[in-house]
Amino acid sequence: MVLVIAEQRDGVLHKASWEAIVAAQQTGQPVQVGVAGSDLARVAAELAVAEVDAVLTVVHAALESYTPDGFVAAFADLVTGIQPDLVFLPHTYQTREFAPTLAARLDRSLITDCVAVRPRDGRLAFVRPMFQGKFVADVSPTGPAPHFASFQIGAFHPDALRLGTSSAEVHVYDVSLDAEAIRQTVEPPFKEAKQAVDLTQAERIVAVGRGIRAQAHMALVETLAASLGAEVAASRPICDSGWLPMDRQVGSSGQTVSPKLYLALGISGAIQHLVGMKGSRTVVAINKDADAPIFEVADFGIVGDLFEVVPALIAALDADA
Amino acid sequence: MKIVVCVKQVVTREWNLRLDDARTWVQDRDASFEMNEPDAYALEEALRLKEQHGGEVVVCSAGPARVSQVIREALARGADRAIRIESDTLAAADSVMVAEALAAAIRDEGFDLVLTGLQSDDQGFSQTGVVMAERLGIPHATIIMKIQVAAGRLRVKRELEGGWFQWVSMSTPALLTIQSGINQLRYATLKGIMAAKKKDVRVVAPPAGLEPRHEILELYVPEKEKQTRLIDGTPAAAAAELVRLLREEVRAI
Repeated sequence: MVLVIAEQRDGVLHKASWEAIVAAQQTGQPVQVGVAGSDLARVAAELAVAEVDAVLTVVHAALESYTPDGFVAAFADLVTGIQPDLVFLPHTYQTREFAPTLAARLDRSLITDCVAVRPRDGRLAFVRPMFQGKFVADVSPTGPAPHFASFQIGAFHPDALRLGTSSAEVHVYDVSLDAEAIRQTVEPPFKEAKQAVDLTQAERIVAVGRGIRAQAHMALVETLAASLGAEVAASRPICDSGWLPMDRQVGSSGQTVSPKLYLALGISGAIQHLVGMKGSRTVVAINKDADAPIFEVADFGIVGDLFEVVPALIAALDADA
Repeated sequence: MKIVVCVKQVVTREWNLRLDDARTWVQDRDASFEMNEPDAYALEEALRLKEQHGGEVVVCSAGPARVSQVIREALARGADRAIRIESDTLAAADSVMVAEALAAAIRDEGFDLVLTGLQSDDQGFSQTGVVMAERLGIPHATIIMKIQVAAGRLRVKRELEGGWFQWVSMSTPALLTIQSGINQLRYATLKGIMAAKKKDVRVVAPPAGLEPRHEILELYVPEKEKQTRLIDGTPAAAAAELVRLLREEVRAI
C-alpha cells in the first residue's frame, strides 16, 4: 500500500498533492491519503474524489499551523500505525523541511525530487535529476519498508488522476501529540510588499543566467528585451547577486511563467529554474555549453557566446523593425 | 555564539562532467572542485553572526584529502578552525550517511548553532542538514533568508513557495539550512589566506557502522522533452535565422 501525505494550508490543498496521488496510483498498489491539520473536513472531502482506498485525517489543535516537530510526530504515528510499503509526498518546501526528519526518525530511506518510478531488476527505481540536471539517476532504496519518496512538482500531471466511482471513506486517525514538545513557534506567512512585477502576464520574457558574468552586462539584456517588447527575468543566482530584483526571478522560489516566447540567455537550466518556465509556448536557448540542460526544453537553440549572439540578435530585430 | 558550518566540496559548475565506467558516479579524479554554493552562503552568514555577537566559527567537511581545499578557503574567509572527516567514500555517499558522520564529528563541540546550505549542487537531496538536526536532537528550520538572535533564541525568516515567507522562532542549540542569496558573499583576502595557514584543522575518522539508505543503480543523460532545432552559422546568420523563425514559423514576435 502507498500512503500519500497531502499538503494543505488553512483548508486549501497544495495542488502538488494531486500529482503525488497520481504517482501513487500509477504504481498499481492500493493508495491511502493522509493529511494533517486542525480543521480538515473540506480538504478531506476534496481528496476523497480520487480513486483511493481511504483518506486519513490527522486532526489535532497543535497541527493548526505547520511546524516540523508537530508534523513529524503526527506522521511518524500514522506511518507506524498503518504500515504502508511506500510513502509518497510532493517535493514542496514543507516536505523538504519535515520529511527527512520523519524518515530519519523511523530509520527509513527517503529519495527526494523524483520525476518517475519504474520497476528495474525486481526493485523499484526512483528516477531523479543529479548534478544540476546534467544527469538523471535511477536510485533504489535500501533497508526495510516503508520507503519514502518525494515527487518534483510538475513531474506528474494532475489530469491523469483517476477518480473514484464514489467518494473514498474518510477516517479520522487519532494521534497522541504533546504540544509542549513542539520546539518551533511560527508566525503567519506573509508576502513581501514590494512584489511589483507580475511576470505571469508577460507575453515575452528575456531571462538571463550566470552566463552574463557581470552586472555591467545587464544593459545588453535590457536592450534585447526592449527590441523584443519583452520583460526581463532571471534565474536565481542573478537575483541573489542583486543584479535584478528578487521579483524578477523565475523558478521554484520565484514566479512560474508561461509566455509566448521565453528566451534564455546563459541559463544552464537547473531544475529549480525549469519548473518555473517549462510551460512557455516557445523556448529559445542561447548558451555556450551544448550539453546544458536548458536545451532539453528548448524549441530553438544557438550554441554560442551570448556576447556575440545577442548584439547580432538586437541588430537583426532592429534592422527589420 | 559558537557556530558550526558544514560545507561540501562539489565539482565546479563549469566542469564538463562525464560518467564513470560503472555509470554510477562521475569521473571526478581530474575535476576542479569548489565549495557547494548554498554552503558558501551558510558560511558567510556564520561569519556575519560572529561579527555581530562574538564567538567562534568552526567549519566541518567530510571527504578525501582534496576536501582540504574548501576547508582552507573557509578558514581564509574567516572561520576560526576546522574539522575534517577523513573518508574516501563519504564524498559520494548518500545524505543520511554524511549527516550521521557530520553529527558524530560535531556532537561534543558545545555549539549554539549549526548552519548548512539547503542542498548540494551535485546530488541535491536537500536532506543532510535536516537529518543532522534529528541525529543531534535539536530543532531545525529550513530555507532560511534571515537570522535574528536574542537571549538564547533564534527568530528566522523561512522562505515558502511563490514569494511567501514566515518567521519561525526556536531556542538554541538549533540547526538552520540556508538559502542562497541570504547575504552577499565575501572573498578571502591575502591576509586571510596567510592567517588560514596557522589555523587548526582536526582530522577525525567517520563513525563505525554507517549504513547506506539508497543505491544509485545508474546515471544517464536525460531524454529531451522537446526536439530542439539548433541554429548554426555565424552569430549574425544565426540571429537572422532565429528572428525569421520567431516571426514566420511560431509567430512569437
